[in-house]
Amino acid sequence: MRRSTLIGGSLVVVFFLAAWLIKGAGASGESPYYSAFLITLAAFLTLAVFSFLYADNPVYKFAEHLFVGVSAAYWMVLGFWQTLVPNLIPRISRALSEQLELEYIDELWNVLYVIPVVLGILLLLRLSRKLGWLSRYAVAFIVGTTAGLNFIAYTRSNFMAQISSTFLPLVGDWTSWAAFVDNLSLSATGPLALLMANIVVVLGVVCGLIYFFFSREHSGTFGMASRLGIWILMITFGASFGYTVMGRISLLVGRMTFLLRDWLGIIAS
Amino acid sequence: MNRTLPFLLTFIVGFTIVIATFSPPLDRLAVDTAVFFSIIAVFAMILGGGNLVKINLVKITRRQRDWQFAIVTLVGFFFVLIIGLFKVGNPGGVTGQVDAPGTPFFDVYTYVFVPVGATMYSLLAFFIASASYRAFRAKNREATILLIAASIIMLGATPFGTMLTAWIPDSLDIFEVPNLHFFLMSSPNLAGQRAIMIGIALGVISYSLRVLLGVERSHIGKDGG
Repeated sequence: MRRSTLIGGSLVVVFFLAAWLIKGAGASGESPYYSAFLITLAAFLTLAVFSFLYADNPVYKFAEHLFVGVSAAYWMVLGFWQTLVPNLIPRISRALSEQLELEYIDELWNVLYVIPVVLGILLLLRLSRKLGWLSRYAVAFIVGTTAGLNFIAYTRSNFMAQISSTFLPLVGDWTSWAAFVDNLSLSATGPLALLMANIVVVLGVVCGLIYFFFSREHSGTFGMASRLGIWILMITFGASFGYTVMGRISLLVGRMTFLLRDWLGIIAS
Repeated sequence: MNRTLPFLLTFIVGFTIVIATFSPPLDRLAVDTAVFFSIIAVFAMILGGGNLVKINLVKITRRQRDWQFAIVTLVGFFFVLIIGLFKVGNPGGVTGQVDAPGTPFFDVYTYVFVPVGATMYSLLAFFIASASYRAFRAKNREATILLIAASIIMLGATPFGTMLTAWIPDSLDIFEVPNLHFFLMSSPNLAGQRAIMIGIALGVISYSLRVLLGVERSHIGKDGG
């Protein structure tokens, strides 16, 4: 490690230690120094990640590597306590179930629950060079289940439900021609706006799908529909982009609020 | 044989779930298969953790580039693993909720996991700004449509957008920015999303069938163990 890195790192540590002690001295509550430590730690990590805006540096790398380790363990622990234990223990051990205060499920089927344990252990063998091939049984099970579940879920909700929702009555709340013409206005809640919205949805879906159909040359009427499909898709991408920008900026505002209010106390709560 | 048995397993498990949808007596089997799947998924997470430890240990022992940071990863990993698995400091003991407020595991989530995750994503606000500059240049008709749609969506979600067109009379309020925002989201955007979703669904359905029927077997690996 370079000398300048060590000096810079030491300065950062001293600064945040001082910030912790000052915050702890001014805090109230049951354990002021512990809560001050947590807030200072969060502030340090926030600023460490922001430091990447200047350049890739050791402080950023520290936060990045810590995040990798912490998040891997976090999801493992949650998976263990919230999926493995409640689904497996009540079926394989009465004693353990009582110890963990889980209701034991006494069924003939319980013996089948050895299968996922065996397959899980086979999956872990992937770490071994010699026995790694055994993990393909677990992978086969995972892929089979995913394929089966996706086949049903996508057919039902992403294919059939989407098509059926596209078959819309173009004019909502239809009573008569006279009523329709009388209410014609450029109001956002008027029948004309609804008519336009529904026409765009129906035409947009058809034209969007035509754009994705590559088995025929996109020329003539088909080409025009395909071009309209591109425009609809461009609006979709623009909307998604706009929403992503707004989402990221709102996260940035959140982090700034944390730094200025919770850590430094500059702005009022 | 090394590929046939795994393929049969894929076939049986996959079609059991598909058939169970149409056959109520088999419903229980499908539910159990889904639970088996989540249990194996946890083992996959453990495998991921094991792999992380292996890679970082190799990095440290071989003194590879940035090996010092591999120590940070391992310390963070084992610290959270120990306080989480043994429920250290949990008022409810081993039977308490693992992520109960006030536990060290909860504190790690609130003061390490959330700040770093949120800041990483918020960092993208800066990079997205430069991406916007490139994406939003009205070079042609398509790029202009993208620019207008994104601008209306962003303006419509702010008080400034509302203020900008507040003078428009009620009879023409379709042209107010918040209403244009709503129209774009609920009509052309919905249509585009739907076309994309239908396209993706067709892809997933055909790929699932290829996997279940054994046309696609890359997940099983090569012959020869």
